[in-house]
Amino acid sequence: MTDNTPKDLLSGHARLERNVTLLGAVALVVVAIGGIVEIAPLFWIDNTIEKVEGMRPYTPLEQAGRDIYVREGCYTCHSQMIRPFRDEVERYGHYSLAAESMYDHPFQWGSKRTGPDLARVGGRYSDAWHVQHLANPQSVVPESVMPQYGFLSETPLEFEYVGDHLTALSRVGVPYTDEQIEQARQDVLGQADPGTPAGDLATRYPGAQARDFDGNPDLISEMDALVAYLQVLGTMVDVDAAAAQEDLARETGR
Amino acid sequence: MESLTTRAGMWFALLVIALVAAALGHDFGFSAQMTIVAVAAVVGLWWTLTGSKIDALGNWRRPVGSETDYDDDPVRWGVIATLFWGIAGLAAGLFIALQLAFPQLNFEPYLNFGRVRPLHTSAVIFAFGGNALIASSFYVVQRTCRARLALPGLARFVFWGYQLFIVLAAVGYLLGVTQSKEYAEPEWHVDWWLTIVWVAYLVVFVATIIKRKEPHIYVANWFYLAFILTVAMLHVVNNLDMPVSVLGSRSYPLFGGVQGALVQWWYGHNAVGFFLTAGFLAMMYYFVPKQAERPIFSYRLSIIHFWSLIFLYIWAGPHHLHYTALPDWAQTLGMVFSIMLWMPSWGGMINGLLTLNGAWDKIRTDPIIRMMVWALAFYGMSTFEGPMLSIKWVNSMSHYTDWTIGHVHSGALGWNGMITFAVLYYLAPRLWGRERLYSLRMVNWHFWLATIGIVFYAASLWVAGMMQGYMWREYGADGYLVNSFAETVAAMWPMYVARAFGGLLYLAGAIIMVVNIWLTIAGKQRDEKPLTSPAYNPAADRPLVSQPAA
Repeated sequence: MTDNTPKDLLSGHARLERNVTLLGAVALVVVAIGGIVEIAPLFWIDNTIEKVEGMRPYTPLEQAGRDIYVREGCYTCHSQMIRPFRDEVERYGHYSLAAESMYDHPFQWGSKRTGPDLARVGGRYSDAWHVQHLANPQSVVPESVMPQYGFLSETPLEFEYVGDHLTALSRVGVPYTDEQIEQARQDVLGQADPGTPAGDLATRYPGAQARDFDGNPDLISEMDALVAYLQVLGTMVDVDAAAAQEDLARETGR
Repeated sequence: MESLTTRAGMWFALLVIALVAAALGHDFGFSAQMTIVAVAAVVGLWWTLTGSKIDALGNWRRPVGSETDYDDDPVRWGVIATLFWGIAGLAAGLFIALQLAFPQLNFEPYLNFGRVRPLHTSAVIFAFGGNALIASSFYVVQRTCRARLALPGLARFVFWGYQLFIVLAAVGYLLGVTQSKEYAEPEWHVDWWLTIVWVAYLVVFVATIIKRKEPHIYVANWFYLAFILTVAMLHVVNNLDMPVSVLGSRSYPLFGGVQGALVQWWYGHNAVGFFLTAGFLAMMYYFVPKQAERPIFSYRLSIIHFWSLIFLYIWAGPHHLHYTALPDWAQTLGMVFSIMLWMPSWGGMINGLLTLNGAWDKIRTDPIIRMMVWALAFYGMSTFEGPMLSIKWVNSMSHYTDWTIGHVHSGALGWNGMITFAVLYYLAPRLWGRERLYSLRMVNWHFWLATIGIVFYAASLWVAGMMQGYMWREYGADGYLVNSFAETVAAMWPMYVARAFGGLLYLAGAIIMVVNIWLTIAGKQRDEKPLTSPAYNPAADRPLVSQPAA
């Protein structure tokens, strides 16, 4: 052995091997570096989330629908992230923008497409199609391997604490106003119950659609909430508008 | 007596809290989980109060604090828990694999795919893998430190607390209590419980190392230590949640959107990197040399590959987010580090495989060594496939397809499964004081069933993944997409059936293992021929003499 450097390194390492505190501390520093370098800049680099017109927090009903989407584990088969490829853009619509999931806690980009991407499913199908498809997917898409979700139509939506949900979301950074939180229960009724006037719903949540989503006016069901959520997916930002196209042309982050 | 009062008081307090939470819970899932906690607290209380001298296996507990013997009870329970959760997790996997081929097998709402899939992943990774890691680490740290487990009471809390975490998480998934973040599905209250258990685990492990009689900390313990520390860091950061109410299961993660995605995959990839790699490499570093009766190939290589592995792994997360709305610089960084990661991964494989130098013949005669070698070979294969899939160009085709699932399973079934089986076979006779396993030939059967199962599984999903990827992007001469999404789903059917068949074979092998280890524990030995008996012909076994002429 002519080279002494590795030997010095090894004897240095012997110190670590004799001291568990030192070994643990050095290991922790070594594993912390990568995460810090990659994650921390996302919070201050401006072009991580390019600002676009139209993004608003979900209405209480849409958020309740999103909670059902999360509860049922839809992410195990459906992505919500259209990549900038010709085939994906033609199949699903404009590629997804970072801003479009800025109010998503948790994000639901998914990692697997056993079923199609849902990032822009909003407005593509009728409410009735969604209800029928969720209750019995094979009745509208014979090849489908999707489970049945008919129970959503019979389950009343639990929205007694919906205001608390918005409060929790506002604590993690979703800009719900006090008024929106106060009106949360009323807004669920206003959006889903044909018997209740929508009131200022459209002022609080521009573009929000109020109607009986599940085709059963007597019950505000989980189906109402889930369909309301599916119908808003990807519709908040008018990606094909001239202004949006101009903004996107200036995007430099990717 | 004082400690008895304190412990009983703690259990009683937990019981009261759980009962109140169950009664006032905002949702059924939360109340159900709190009822389970209450039952656990009653058992804990009863156990403490009766001060039983009999352990779960009906043996008299050795006096706590006897330094003449290793403290192996938590390891024994861990072996049994690993077997139990292994079968549960594999059966859940087979069930959801069949659901993809036969959607009639979904029973709404509790047994729909979306609820059972996290049950499968958590059962195999955290229940089967986690119990194997905790049990083997308690076994290895005592032997390599030549010291009895420090804090025996806390070690038992770690074991039972971890089982409670598993049960809470599993029941939660079926009842719809989930964050829907892959491999981090448990909700905030279950996360808090796991944090407590995990810190206790770290304390027991480090305290045992501190009281070691050996001057050096053996390499297996570096890996266990890095695994425990890093998983703690990942778990806490990725599960910073804001509960809607302390009486409900629902919470919202602190990080959402792009940041949420990267934090999640920083967690998710390193759950693979540290839970399923570093921890299992620790097993490799102890059990392969022991079974082969050879020293580790290279001490220097183990140093280099340990530090480079733990440094590089943490950067690789963004490769799960290629071409998404994550900034390009982060994606590229993730790709570059994923490719670099290939080298330390193979460093570990080489160090394990070359440990067999001079003992390669044992692959033929010792099915346990063969399992270990096979595990390392699969480790090498999947750590080559991983960097390849992380190349953006490859990933543009493979992402969102079943190729990813195939890749994960060649690592999980081939590497994690096989090395764990080998370790269980190694441990069973030693922990229960038996001369040998019930049957070495059954190990051989297990080996071949598992191997053929993996081949079916991985091969069918490679084909499925590429087919999906290319069908989705196929354009006709007219310039339009050729396939509707539904057509690509229909094309998957034969592949999904073949995959489920592979899973069935793998599960069958595992059941053979359970029988084998069960009978080993029962003290039985199968009357069987040794695995190799060189041909012997007594008629030929004599000197040649020339026959006298007649």
